[in-house]
Amino acid sequence: MSDPKPISEPKDVLDLTADVEAGYVNPHYTPIEISRRRFLGRISAVLTGVGAVVVAVPVGAFIVAPLFSSGPGEDKLWKDVGPIDQFKVGDTQAVAFDDPSPLPWAGVTARTAAWLRRDDAQKFTAFAVNCTHLGCPVSWLAGPSLFMCPCHGGVYNRDGTVAAGPPPASLNTYQVRILNGKVQVKATGIPISTE
Amino acid sequence: MRVFKRMGGWLEDRTGFYAALKPILDHKVPYTDWKNGWWYIFGSAVLVAFVVQVITGIALSTSYVSSAGEAYASLKFITDEAVFGNFLRASHSWGASAMVLLVGAHALHVFIIGAYKFPREMNWLTGVILLGATLAMAFTGQLLRWDQTAFWSVIVGANMAARTPFVGESLARFVMAGDTVGGATLSRFFAFHVFFIPGVIFLFIGAHLYLVIRNGISEPPKVGDVVDPKTYRQKYHDMLEREGVPFWPDALWRDAVASVGLIVIIVVLSIVIGPPELGREPNPTVLQAYPRPDWYFLWVFSVLALLPPRSEPFVIIAGPLLVGVMLFLLPLIANKGERSPLRRPWAMGFVLVLVVMIATLWIVGEQSPWSPAFGAQPLNASVVNSTNPQIQTGAKLFNEKGCEYCHMIAGQGGLRGPNLTNVGNRLNESQLITRILNGGNNMPAYGSTLKSDELNALVAFLKSRTK
Repeated sequence: MSDPKPISEPKDVLDLTADVEAGYVNPHYTPIEISRRRFLGRISAVLTGVGAVVVAVPVGAFIVAPLFSSGPGEDKLWKDVGPIDQFKVGDTQAVAFDDPSPLPWAGVTARTAAWLRRDDAQKFTAFAVNCTHLGCPVSWLAGPSLFMCPCHGGVYNRDGTVAAGPPPASLNTYQVRILNGKVQVKATGIPISTE
Repeated sequence: MRVFKRMGGWLEDRTGFYAALKPILDHKVPYTDWKNGWWYIFGSAVLVAFVVQVITGIALSTSYVSSAGEAYASLKFITDEAVFGNFLRASHSWGASAMVLLVGAHALHVFIIGAYKFPREMNWLTGVILLGATLAMAFTGQLLRWDQTAFWSVIVGANMAARTPFVGESLARFVMAGDTVGGATLSRFFAFHVFFIPGVIFLFIGAHLYLVIRNGISEPPKVGDVVDPKTYRQKYHDMLEREGVPFWPDALWRDAVASVGLIVIIVVLSIVIGPPELGREPNPTVLQAYPRPDWYFLWVFSVLALLPPRSEPFVIIAGPLLVGVMLFLLPLIANKGERSPLRRPWAMGFVLVLVVMIATLWIVGEQSPWSPAFGAQPLNASVVNSTNPQIQTGAKLFNEKGCEYCHMIAGQGGLRGPNLTNVGNRLNESQLITRILNGGNNMPAYGSTLKSDELNALVAFLKSRTK
């Protein structure tokens, strides 16, 4: 495609010889002439850039927002998991409760679980179900008194310490309290190990 | 007939499409004989697989609900009730497998014939992006099959991302779209799978194809025919002038045959084998889960199980990073010289090692010997083969105390620990007791969980396991 109206090359540098000789202009001053065409080109580039930023900022913020959400208030995190006499001393059983950030459309995925053990009359331990290796759900096996992971072969002792396999750390635990005869677990996000 | 001709003429006059396409169809490409030519079909076959994915994917998206609470029900509907729903799910899955397989074959072929060398470095680099995007599609696609396995796979993915130094935790939150796998998670994976990554793929397929036309299809390599950036273009040009053949139909006919073949294979597999099974609903409180990745990542699953734990942070993050960097640097540092595989023994050795390694890890992953056999049934009487009540009790305990999850006796039980069918020949009583009480070599210590009569029964049983 050829330009319908060819134009002469824009002069890059103004000819100021006469002004310099007359002493009006510093001899080291060499202003660059910006042609109309170059000006329009630059303006277009800048405007396009501004347009892109205007669109990109809210979109980017919207997408990375989950990284910075503050989560629910402290008091909302304690979840009932059942009346205290439902649990026998020495037993370890799975309990289910809502995770700390249940969105209305999360359905069944808003639930989460823990392995709750009644150590004595007033003391409970709640183990996170997530293997500290890569997060798969461990199972409590009452016979051998072990937690076993179905994925990469992690095994934990009764107290949550690593018995075998690749896990880098003991099972995580949740805080437990007893309120009005009910056992409550303090829900947190899915424990993620960074080791 | 004349009406059609005139309509065609009108359309061409107003659009010029044919005039624009004709030079591409006619442009000369290297002549390839029967032996070499068929290896060149992989690229177009990936493209066809991608088109199948786009079409079946759009169809599926008309019924799929990308909500964490409802996706499973919509998948059930697509599978069990929707007209051709089962078939479309199957085609999308088999198409995905085809795409991963063919993109791998294409990359390997290009590497083996040294086609990434001058002047096709950018062809290779855009291809690396497309390879990565294909794997990203495979991962996100498996998660959209929102069952129990998908749910736990997100968590595994987040945990892997979390091993990144400094920003690991943020990355993990980014993968899960928050602290938990819930409402926000699936919608995001859906958006990535159907909009973002396909957008990248479209863009780079455009660039990739443009580069194929611009730089020309590489000629089959000849031993001793060395690539020299100073002379290659002229040599290539002269070769085409001398013995080149038109792209269409001399080269494209093979692609056409292969494409039809590929579609037939996808359709047949979809009808005969069907879609991958939709697992249990993604209920995080159901802890009897057995998460396994789809076949294309099964070898990664094996790597994760078999790595020495201490090397993990390095391998999980630095491994893929290193592979990516190597793929990017390859055409930049090795863009000249011999192209023939016969003159590149190191490169071919590398291909061999890579293929054998991945194949081995696949086979091992299929077996997962490191996973406890949770379903192990009590040994039956003919295996126990004893009337001694203590030995019978020991056999029962062998199952109840979880020994059988990891140890096999007479074909029953897990593969994690040594096979104990004839353990009585190898270990005496005190050795057995020591091993059971103290554990070792990845075996938990049972000292605190076994009562002494239980221990005695177990030992009596194991001692009786002789040839």
